[in-house]
Amino acid sequence: MAQSHRLPSRGLVDRARTIGFRFDGRSYEGHAGDTLASALLANGVRLVGRSFKYHRPRGVIASGSEEPNALVELRTGARREPNTKATTVELFDGLDAQSQNRWPSLAFDLMSVNQLASPVFVAGFYYKTFMWPAKLWEKLYEPMIRRAAGLGRAAEAADPDDYEKFTAHCDLLVVGAGPAGLAAALAAGRAGARVILADEDFVLGGRLNADRRVIDGATSPDWAARAVAELESLPEVTVLRRTTVLAAYDGGVYAALERVSDHIAVPAAHQPRQRLWRIVATRAVLAAGSLERPIAFGNNDLPGVMLAGAARTYLNRYGVAPGKRAVVYASTSDAARTVLDLSAAGVEIAAVVDARGDAPALQEAAKAAKAPLILGGSIARATGWRGVSGCEIADASGRTLKMECDLVAVSGGWNPSMQLSTHLGGRPVWDDAKAAFLPGSCPPGMTVVGAAAGAFGLAQAIAAGAQAGVEAASDAGFAASAFDVPSVDPEPDVVYGRGPWRSPSTSAKAFVDLQNDVTVKDVELSAREGFVSVEHLKRYTTLGMATDQGKTANLLGLAIMADVTGRTIPQTGMTLSRPPFAPVAIGALGGAHRGKEFKPTRLPPSHFWAEEQGAVFTETGQWMRAAYFPRSGEKDWFESTMREVETVRTKVGVYDASTLGKIDIQGPDAAALLDKVYINAFASLAVGKARYGLMLREDGMAMDDGTTTRLSDTHYYMTTTTANAAAVMRHLEYAKQWLWPELDVAFASVTDQWAQYAIAGPRSREVVAALVDEGFDVSNEALPYMGATELTVCGGTRARLFRLSFSGELAYELAVPARYGDAMIRAIIKAGQPFGICPYGAEALSVMRIEKGHAAGPELNGTTAAADLGMGRMASKKKDFIGRAMAGRDGLADPARPRLVGFRPVDRSARLRSGSHLVARGAEPSAANDAGYVTSTAYSPSNGHWIGLGFLARAEERMGEIVIAHDPLRDGDIEVEVVSPVFVDPEGARLRA
Amino acid sequence: MRIACPHCGPRGVDEFSYLGDATLTRPASDAPEAAFADYVYFRDNPAGEHRELWQHASGCQSWLVVTRDTRTHAISQVEAARDVALARSKGAA
Amino acid sequence: MSTDRYSIFSVLREALRGHTGWKPAWRSPDPKPSYDVVIVGGGGHGLATAHYLAKTYGVRNVAVLEKGWIGGGNVGRNTTIVRSNYLLAGNIPFYEHSMKLWEGLEQDLNYNAMVSQRGVVNLFHSDGQRDAYVRRGTAMRMHGVDSELLDVAELKRILPMLDFDNARFPIKGALRQKRGGTVRHDAVAWGYARSADGFGVDIIQNCEVTGFRIEDGRIKGVETSRGFIGAGKVGLSTAGNSSRVAAMAGMRLPIESHVLQAFVSEGIKPFIDTVCTFGAGHFYISQSDKGGLVFGGDIDGYNSYAQRGNLPTVEDVCEGGMAVMPQIGRVRMLRSWGGIMDMSMDGSPIIDATPVQGLYLNAGWCYGGFKATPAAGDCFAHLIARDAPHPVAAAYRLDRFATGRLIDEKGVGAQPNLH
Repeated sequence: MAQSHRLPSRGLVDRARTIGFRFDGRSYEGHAGDTLASALLANGVRLVGRSFKYHRPRGVIASGSEEPNALVELRTGARREPNTKATTVELFDGLDAQSQNRWPSLAFDLMSVNQLASPVFVAGFYYKTFMWPAKLWEKLYEPMIRRAAGLGRAAEAADPDDYEKFTAHCDLLVVGAGPAGLAAALAAGRAGARVILADEDFVLGGRLNADRRVIDGATSPDWAARAVAELESLPEVTVLRRTTVLAAYDGGVYAALERVSDHIAVPAAHQPRQRLWRIVATRAVLAAGSLERPIAFGNNDLPGVMLAGAARTYLNRYGVAPGKRAVVYASTSDAARTVLDLSAAGVEIAAVVDARGDAPALQEAAKAAKAPLILGGSIARATGWRGVSGCEIADASGRTLKMECDLVAVSGGWNPSMQLSTHLGGRPVWDDAKAAFLPGSCPPGMTVVGAAAGAFGLAQAIAAGAQAGVEAASDAGFAASAFDVPSVDPEPDVVYGRGPWRSPSTSAKAFVDLQNDVTVKDVELSAREGFVSVEHLKRYTTLGMATDQGKTANLLGLAIMADVTGRTIPQTGMTLSRPPFAPVAIGALGGAHRGKEFKPTRLPPSHFWAEEQGAVFTETGQWMRAAYFPRSGEKDWFESTMREVETVRTKVGVYDASTLGKIDIQGPDAAALLDKVYINAFASLAVGKARYGLMLREDGMAMDDGTTTRLSDTHYYMTTTTANAAAVMRHLEYAKQWLWPELDVAFASVTDQWAQYAIAGPRSREVVAALVDEGFDVSNEALPYMGATELTVCGGTRARLFRLSFSGELAYELAVPARYGDAMIRAIIKAGQPFGICPYGAEALSVMRIEKGHAAGPELNGTTAAADLGMGRMASKKKDFIGRAMAGRDGLADPARPRLVGFRPVDRSARLRSGSHLVARGAEPSAANDAGYVTSTAYSPSNGHWIGLGFLARAEERMGEIVIAHDPLRDGDIEVEVVSPVFVDPEGARLRA
Repeated sequence: MRIACPHCGPRGVDEFSYLGDATLTRPASDAPEAAFADYVYFRDNPAGEHRELWQHASGCQSWLVVTRDTRTHAISQVEAARDVALARSKGAA
Repeated sequence: MSTDRYSIFSVLREALRGHTGWKPAWRSPDPKPSYDVVIVGGGGHGLATAHYLAKTYGVRNVAVLEKGWIGGGNVGRNTTIVRSNYLLAGNIPFYEHSMKLWEGLEQDLNYNAMVSQRGVVNLFHSDGQRDAYVRRGTAMRMHGVDSELLDVAELKRILPMLDFDNARFPIKGALRQKRGGTVRHDAVAWGYARSADGFGVDIIQNCEVTGFRIEDGRIKGVETSRGFIGAGKVGLSTAGNSSRVAAMAGMRLPIESHVLQAFVSEGIKPFIDTVCTFGAGHFYISQSDKGGLVFGGDIDGYNSYAQRGNLPTVEDVCEGGMAVMPQIGRVRMLRSWGGIMDMSMDGSPIIDATPVQGLYLNAGWCYGGFKATPAAGDCFAHLIARDAPHPVAAAYRLDRFATGRLIDEKGVGAQPNLH
């Protein structure tokens, strides 16, 4: 029977639009405006899921994001979303949902045998067993527990949808578009303030749509719709539907998630699935309403047990009867509306149980509905197999009445939704009269209004919201006129849900946390074992840790613990809420930064040219660098790299060195500043000369190295390693702005402004000579090793030419403004053709620097001091510099500290690998015998065998010694000879040629 | 968290990078090794008001002295570090 | 009759009588006027120290003072990972000692803390990173710790959900410690508390230390919210608050307090069977036995005693997650939390005597304190009982900052927020 429980009229769903959907493979129909939950209920589907531990049948209990039970896997394949609350899923055509945590089917779940063992599966039972034998934990017990745990399944493949982020600024953020929120937004919006109004629902109005109220003569949904229409007409107001404010952060920052496309099958082209809003708000009004809490009674988890307010939501908003014959069980006056609305919709009221017997409105409603009224009674337990078919009521005298019913509507009061007010450490305050925690100190700028502040009346909520909106607008400098608070239908005196929290115990399970299967007995056991603080209670029993974050369970559990231990609720404590307010897709928090877009990609100026050459690239931080330039016939990186090294060593090669950090330093005190940051002297450097420099951290460890050139008395040009470019820039600014503020010097990072090419090899001078414009002399006399000059190339292009060599060959670095970088590399190749030039990549560069024994990243690893690197004597004794004092400590001067040396395999055909540790020959490879490690290795074509650099303890005494390079994770051990770290041209004749 | 850069205005904390305690002073070059060790490694680490160094690294590159409560993250003052340092050296002179 | 010993048999017996025979896991005694040893801080380390003092070193007249509820600090809020995959000689023996204690913990405590040796996999994305991990893995082997290098084919088998095809920083392999894994963190605190209590240790909750009584350079006891408690020796085990507590004894420490956020997702069916760390961003992940993905990343990076972080770090962690494991995009993050870390100046801890006689310090655990719990307890107990450092913790001296014998795994120097 189609939509057996859909009422003939009522509700906001669009009955003209029928939507087809599937649940567990069966087709159903609902209407536009339904949620999956309301559509299932409309079709008489009560059994929606199975519980976590006992696999008990579960149905829909609530109507929003607080739902603990009705969780489904939504969509399929790569878009499968586990644990989706059916109460929050907007129905769309083709929606496909599956129930979870059952096998083989929802109706016949064999895992429900767990119920038979439930006397064993109490809170914390697993801490007391599964200990013997220890080996079986990983092999048997844990896999068993893991398979049983968890509810839904993750998607089958990478998320195919997109996510995006917005940053927005506003004068006022209003959280929740119920009566208080709408009033706040209207009051501030009308005054002209920038307002963002966010609500997680797709229809705004909150409980105005769930209850049948009258405001200024209009029905409450109509009033809400008109308010929303007005807000949307205001230019400075942004209305965000389907948007959950997740968290409050410091400085008025809020995170909110907008579900842009979750209500359609697949996001439209160029649309994200979801959008994360980073909202910076001067003021915030928290008007998130309140959530109803149940009363614990036997079998209170059966499908057909529902919160009283949710029952009204299904009736009034969705036009769905959640049952045909209902028992209403409440300790509040609010449930009177449930009695009246159910009755008006034709649902028979089998009984009304006024738990305390002190709610006149409830009693009058029972009378009006002609229902038996039980004062001071309780429901002992619900009965039924896969859903409620009746219940046993204990009246005040202890007599048991059996009632047939298919719906138990329960209300134990309302918990203000003030989670956001606690995200910055605000502690809620217990209000005994209202039987609720109310907001304590709030984040700066936040006001809590309406039910979220414990003001449960409609008129109160609207008035408080309006007042907060006016204040926020005035604060922002807008003249806010008084807000005409509308009149509302009469409201009975509120009777708050002040207990009882649970029915007298029965043998049936009475649940506190439905999703995690935590029962009243579990809370009692927790108390018995000493887990009496609320922090211990939740950790020991898992109370409140499920996907509903304990929204319906936490207070109940706390109250029962207070009961059991004879303390008050505030004595028992409270669990603070932590972000997010509602679970949020990890993809949405990640946003667009995934796949290739995870981090920016920086391309050096020759990149596109290198691509044309067929270069193979490698990631170096954010940079893509050409690793090598394969030529036809070369079978791997090794062959290409060897050919490139060979070409540089015998002819000439060109390398794009633009990724090095480059810093322009100017000012009268430039020299003085450099003397503070480098261990060696730079004030004495002549104009037109470059010098290698090493800088330390203040703790005495090597920080970075590079060459710095003096272009004029007051102008230096520094290069740093690629990896440390930003850190060095920061370090310089720190030294100048904080340590030595009196120095007159300024820095500019020019890494991206200069394309810089290394032209290296015996023929490099000829290539450079062909590039520079007439009149510039690049001879050895005019531009000796470590010389630098400014000139023009290629017919007037401004350039800097440095006689620097990383490769150990006669070499230059030629820098031109970056916009000429592409043209420059093409010109260099052209000019170099007659001399046999080839481009070389990072691999060849690395081989040649290892051959020359230059320290690089693997050696400058943050734990090596200048002395370790063989540069101890570079340190000036005539000046103070950063790191000087700490470099002198005993621990750093210890001769046992490993020092940089070179290695070559005894068996010249053996391969030496970085990461190996060094052990004396004949010694066990043990911790006690660990003498150092190999940092960098390469096959040296110049030597015809593998070579390496590394750090070795007492290295000075061990030159020539044969030690073991211990590499148990890969090839095993090889014997290596300790040698000088310089393997090519130790005298440096070539680079001075 | 947001920091009001004196040059750029209020900006998200992700634009800034943190260094630490701004109440420390680098010892004079002739100070004993122990004074440097104390400066480099030891901290008051208060729970409460903390003067600390940040750099507007994704902005104007200014180093800032931010006065912030480490219990609440509330920021009460932001000054250009260079101004603070100059005032301090003037005071010392 | 009450039930003391935990086993499947006692659980079955109790099941038959409605679990009415279980005793409190630990007593709630009033403080005695004095103790031989007072441990300040009822977190994992403090409780473990009490357990080993009593069980291993025979010191049983001991109180553990906790200002709130035991296990409410970092042991109750962490990503539960245990491992001994360290690089430096100062660290490896200590963490391996801890690993070995984890391996026998359930039997030692008669409490199932669910030590799960499911392996810890550290991904690498470049040749340089590979070499650094080989250096680490080799150091581990030389200390008798298991380590192995995994190639991409093997990774595809054990972690098929990683992004092997479209990554900005391609995955090139991994270092794995098979014996590493996870432990049910709360159970560690409770198990140690229950065991220590069984040896007669007084665990005193809601007892805040407000000062130290020091006479002639020697500790005499502690002032507390429940009055003065005399003590022959006092051990501080208050990570997160070490500086504040030490300040009461007139000490400054090489420590900054920083906030570390961590996250857990909704429970899902088994998805990832090992612990995995991303090598090109700040992200690590495992799955709890309950089904939640437990993940985290970098610290927020500024001094803080507020137990919460900020949004950019949340985004950074999730970006890392999506970069390495885009299949988790539609899994929802359920909860986040922020814990306060004792970030030390070289990233390594301190277990040492202090200038005050009879006052001992266990601090500076950065975000690695959980995995250290058993060894920190044992070594701190050794130091307190015998006045000599335990051999595996011999490097964790307070004077190493002055001497330069630092233990800096990351090589970032004296900047705590980079460790």
